[in-house]
Amino acid sequence: MTETEGMNAKQKLGYYTQKFYDDAMAAHDKGEFVCWSSSIAPSEFFRAMGIHIVYPENHAAAVGAKHGALEILELAERKGYTMDNCSYSRINLAYMDLLVEEKVTGKTPEALAKLDELKIPRIPLPDIIIMCNNICEVLLKWYENLAVTLKVPYIIIDVPYVHQWPIPQHSIDYVEAQFKRAIKQIEDLCGRPFDYENFIKVQEQTQRSIAAWDKAMGMASVVPSPLNGFDIFNFMALIVCARSDYASEDTFTTLAQELQEKADAGIDAFKGGEKTRIAWEGIAVWPYLSHTYKALKALGTNMVGSTYPSAWSIHYEPGDLKAMAAGYIGCYYNTSLERRVDVLGGVMENTKCTGILYHNNRSCKNMAVMNVEMAEMIRERTKTPFASFDGDQTDPRNFSEAQFDTRVEALSEVMEQNMANAENQNA
Amino acid sequence: MYVLGLDVGSASSKVVILDGDKNIVSSSVFQVGTGSSGPSRALDEALGKINLTLDDMKKIVATGYGRYAFEKADKQISEISCHAKGIFHLVPTARTIIDIGGQDAKAIRLDNNGMVSQFFMNDKCAAGTGRFLEVMSRVLEIDITQMAEYDSRATEVVNVSSTCTVFAESEVISHLSNNVPKENIIAGIHASVASKACGLAYRTGLEDDIVMGGGVAQNAGVVRAISRELRRPVIVAPNPQITGALGAALFAYDEANKH
Repeated sequence: MTETEGMNAKQKLGYYTQKFYDDAMAAHDKGEFVCWSSSIAPSEFFRAMGIHIVYPENHAAAVGAKHGALEILELAERKGYTMDNCSYSRINLAYMDLLVEEKVTGKTPEALAKLDELKIPRIPLPDIIIMCNNICEVLLKWYENLAVTLKVPYIIIDVPYVHQWPIPQHSIDYVEAQFKRAIKQIEDLCGRPFDYENFIKVQEQTQRSIAAWDKAMGMASVVPSPLNGFDIFNFMALIVCARSDYASEDTFTTLAQELQEKADAGIDAFKGGEKTRIAWEGIAVWPYLSHTYKALKALGTNMVGSTYPSAWSIHYEPGDLKAMAAGYIGCYYNTSLERRVDVLGGVMENTKCTGILYHNNRSCKNMAVMNVEMAEMIRERTKTPFASFDGDQTDPRNFSEAQFDTRVEALSEVMEQNMANAENQNA
Repeated sequence: MYVLGLDVGSASSKVVILDGDKNIVSSSVFQVGTGSSGPSRALDEALGKINLTLDDMKKIVATGYGRYAFEKADKQISEISCHAKGIFHLVPTARTIIDIGGQDAKAIRLDNNGMVSQFFMNDKCAAGTGRFLEVMSRVLEIDITQMAEYDSRATEVVNVSSTCTVFAESEVISHLSNNVPKENIIAGIHASVASKACGLAYRTGLEDDIVMGGGVAQNAGVVRAISRELRRPVIVAPNPQITGALGAALFAYDEANKH
């Protein structure tokens, strides 16, 4: 009998997310190594050596979702980080300072205590840092700042941008070489040889987790969808933090089963109220997750399409380091406009979306920079309307509820009008 | 039968009442918007003009930022759909709409049946909206209704930043302290508003006819600046400030006649 037997997927998500943070803290307290990692960096090397990983971006998202962002953002700004910097980076850099202050003084700073009161999980300070720039270039200096300040080893996986698909062989060779160097750095940290046997097992586990994730997320294509799109944002926590662990496979297998059962029974997420289906391009607005969800739900608009889930669907054959390198290079956010249009267009078609909402994310220039051109190209391909709104992944000052509502209502009205026209033409 | 459209904007409240033949039988505009006495005063005035009450209205549709604040509405519809419907009703040749309201600027592409095929709205910044003009009129100590007249006497269009209301205000103060004529500064302010609105309008593909609605369309200086920027004629919808309320009333009419 496993510890999660009898739990539903949501309970498993809660259980494993808490356990994930608790285990990292316990490991740190026992003197075991903890790594801070960018969100789509290769976790496999660390898990193979029993090193715990925590994810600053995921943690910052939790700070935002639990409404703890504003004060910590202001702390960062007092240190000179401007609002033009990514809000994840501002939160994490200020958070690091708070952890260091606590460690040095032995007293918990007031701002950190407030985050504790909001039940935002603690993350321990790292012994090593890894950054893969396949999602963002800001990470390079942000994580360097962490590594230099904390005087810990810094592993950089520098991933060339994919201008033309498929990924060139020289890029794969370049990243594979860096993987081999990363293995050496981890050996140096641990003072023992890399465990290649366990590495294969971790790779196999990662692929099983991703397969379960793909299967669960694939249920969004059912019409009407048994998956409420915002569940994608909620369940993502595990595919980010624990994709090399059984926790992900266990949770997503259960989720896929639950969704299949609902689909078979004709039960959809909106209890018969799904009127329209949209894709959401970009990160969630974590501080306003509830508002954005409710605004869409009130319109009967289910967000079923997103390129976000597939960003962690990194497929490769265990044992094949080059294939693993290609997987991390080919991340959606590291690819050209044409490739992104191809992926997003495919998502829209697979999930039968008739509209799309673009998040012009003030924090994440990489994600938002192509929105205008993508919107035109996707519209050309799918003949569906779009709307865009200003927001931010975690800075609550960059989002306006009323502006969001107007845009999604107008989008929903255009989609309903298009559906009515199509029905009239078919009648 | 009567139906009513109420447009509760950020800066003004507008009401249009239609009869059973879609004729406008009453309308009113109050220059205060959501969260103020504007909506109720606009309603009282429009109803009072024709001696009717809200109970005489078969359907009521509300639009604008304050659309959910009016509890007696049968339905709320976004201002995008309402402006499109109102303007297409008044100008059936309209294919591109530029609407500049109190805190929003929008560009809408219509199909041949007047349906919205795509829309574009300003970002979170209020530069290039009616609020921007209000701020500038205060700095210049000129009533907002006089700005078009000043613009018509301009001999030069001075440069005013379009990126930020606060920075633009500083620029205007700087021009004033350098004794630049107010006429030329106002022409620059209008060009700045036009530049923001046209940035949205270009994305529609700019099919003729291009029609302007919203309160700012009453300012001939802005209309001229937009036409100059687009190098195309721009039609101003009749009584442009009420096009959203008219659209809402037309939706109310459709609701009332639903079988």
